[in-house]
Amino acid sequence: MRNDLAIQVESLGKRYRIGAKQEPYGTLRDTLARTATAPYRALRSTLRRRGNREAVSGSNEIWALKGVSFEVRRGEAVGVIGRNGAGKSTLLKTLSRITEPTTGYADINGRVGSLLEVGTGFHPELTGRENIFLNGAILGMKRAEILRKFDEIVSFAEVEKFIDTPIKYYSSGMYLRLAFSVAAHLEPEILLVDEVLAVGDMAFQKKCMGKMEDVTAEGRTVLFVSHNLGAIKELCRTSVVLKDGVVGFHGPVVDGVAYYTRNAQADEGAEARAASRGTRWTSMSINGVDAALSSAINSIEPFTVEAGLEVAEEFVEARFKCRVDDASGNTLIYHVEHDRERERPGLALGTHHVRVDFPPLWLVPGIYTLFFKLTGRTEEGDERRYTSERVLLNVTGKLNGNGRAIISPPLKWSLSHEDLKRKS
Amino acid sequence: MNEIDRTESVVAGVAKFVPPAQAAPSGSEEASHTLRIEPSTGWVSLRLRELWEYRELLFFLVWRDIKVRYKQTALGAAWAIIQPFFTMIVFSLFFGRLAKVPSDGIPYPVFSYAALVPWTFFANGLSESSNSLVSSSNLIKKIYFPRLTIPIATVLAGAVDFVIAFAVLILMMFYYGITPTLNTLWLPLFVLLAFIASLGTGLWLSAMNVKFRDVRYVVPFIVQFWMFATPIAYPSSLLSEPWRTIYGLNPMVGVVEGFRWALLGTETRPQGVVALSAAAALLILVGGAFYFRRMEKMFADVV
Repeated sequence: MRNDLAIQVESLGKRYRIGAKQEPYGTLRDTLARTATAPYRALRSTLRRRGNREAVSGSNEIWALKGVSFEVRRGEAVGVIGRNGAGKSTLLKTLSRITEPTTGYADINGRVGSLLEVGTGFHPELTGRENIFLNGAILGMKRAEILRKFDEIVSFAEVEKFIDTPIKYYSSGMYLRLAFSVAAHLEPEILLVDEVLAVGDMAFQKKCMGKMEDVTAEGRTVLFVSHNLGAIKELCRTSVVLKDGVVGFHGPVVDGVAYYTRNAQADEGAEARAASRGTRWTSMSINGVDAALSSAINSIEPFTVEAGLEVAEEFVEARFKCRVDDASGNTLIYHVEHDRERERPGLALGTHHVRVDFPPLWLVPGIYTLFFKLTGRTEEGDERRYTSERVLLNVTGKLNGNGRAIISPPLKWSLSHEDLKRKS
Repeated sequence: MNEIDRTESVVAGVAKFVPPAQAAPSGSEEASHTLRIEPSTGWVSLRLRELWEYRELLFFLVWRDIKVRYKQTALGAAWAIIQPFFTMIVFSLFFGRLAKVPSDGIPYPVFSYAALVPWTFFANGLSESSNSLVSSSNLIKKIYFPRLTIPIATVLAGAVDFVIAFAVLILMMFYYGITPTLNTLWLPLFVLLAFIASLGTGLWLSAMNVKFRDVRYVVPFIVQFWMFATPIAYPSSLLSEPWRTIYGLNPMVGVVEGFRWALLGTETRPQGVVALSAAAALLILVGGAFYFRRMEKMFADVV
């Protein structure tokens, strides 16, 4: 292993038995029953293979990771991106030695601290003070170290007054703050983090993000799994994109995020097409350019989003909606097409074009997503919903929200002044 | 660098984050310390040194178990006495008074209670540790540490109950006018033997329990049968040699005989029985530890 590497993963694979996943534990009776019915089930699965390929494919096992190889240099912050079930958590669990790989290996150079959740091992009956020591020990801190950092942990969590209260009386906010605070004071050489930031209110998430930024700035090696593309982009320079257990992309974070969204779109599109043979949203474009190719818009300029819609059944009523989310999943815009709402017109068969003109949104540069939704009612009274692909809006420009805001419109300030002396 | 220094550097390493730039002069060995994560097959090493490095976690787990137990129960420490003491009363009544079971010339209450104290420690340790992995599933799924710490901590936490129940035994001896002899110095050995037997069995059962939840229902039976297979309500002198020595294959026979000999001064030193019990207990412990380590890799996936 090269000396400048912190982690080297070599054709790592992890297999799960689906049987084991469905029934988390077995009983002796089940084992006996399974042995007895094995011939019958073998026969049935052979018969079923013709009818339903999905159920039998890969027999009874799935590979959560398949031949995953990549390297992480010392001091590098790497974001791991992927859809649910892509193997992100399995990768982290394997690297933190919670579960063993089935094939391949990973070399770790340095002490690992892993945060798969905050507050692991917290006991409701114990006080905040007692839980800090317990949780710290579980995370791998020494008693002396916890003692040294104790005051810092308590003040970061803002629970000074309740430190000797059993945490079962804590509010969920206090609980989370305390849990994160202990975790944040863990100082390993290599930090593996899984979605811990996805908890708490906005203010707390900001605080956590700040702490995570400190960690990466200190030059520690960080492997960061998140669905929050904005956070990944902010914290990491490199990314690993996992797709169905294999590395789909490994490289600069901007390219990784782009690769991921492109793939997610393609997948969702394919799924949507498979799901509804009839009505579907087709191509989407931004400012006249195919959204899959380029999605960069400037935050202070107006833009136009167009989408095609193929309607294969007649709707007596139809309504369109347009939604814009930020990278953390907060909905910024949820707009219903108002004219049509009043009149509630139908929608004829054929291809339609939907076009939305946006004024400048003054969004702080970052990753946002946009999609359309059609809610239609058929003559029989069935309500159907069709959602378009999520288009990635890569907002560029010079606006900044001073680290807090999402939009930053050009406000006009003016100050007036009345002199007290002149008044009197 | 010798062994001790190496361990120290690893331990200190967990505690302190040393920026890579400064790490180089302080310990080049540390920098070359590479951990390889790979699939294991078959029987694996016990990694006792790693277990030692995690001794503080072990301490905290024991501390938590004790603290929580006394916080959650209304009677707290009283339970440690109630269980063996009331069993002793029932035994004295039915076996001692009604059935006239012999007690090697010692007052029956103290005769049975001297056996019930280590037995309760053993039985509680056994049943609680066999369920320990399953009840710690949230830890196992979210963080790495040597899994052996969990059942070990559970059995160790029972030591507090043992000490409390033992204090009552001292009072009873005082009440019955039994003066301890120098043999009492051997007592820690028998306590250790009870611990080994309890942990050894607990390791087997806890690892099995992860995969087969039936174990939870089997444990009460095991404890019940084991109790009657151990000379608690009766003296082992009911058996004739060589059966009496062979009886020592049950590790708890050695413990109980040892306790009675060390504290109450029953007849001659039961060295044959104790040696056999110690061998059996060690066999169970070592076998259990290896079995546990072998099953360990599937804990996080199955539990």
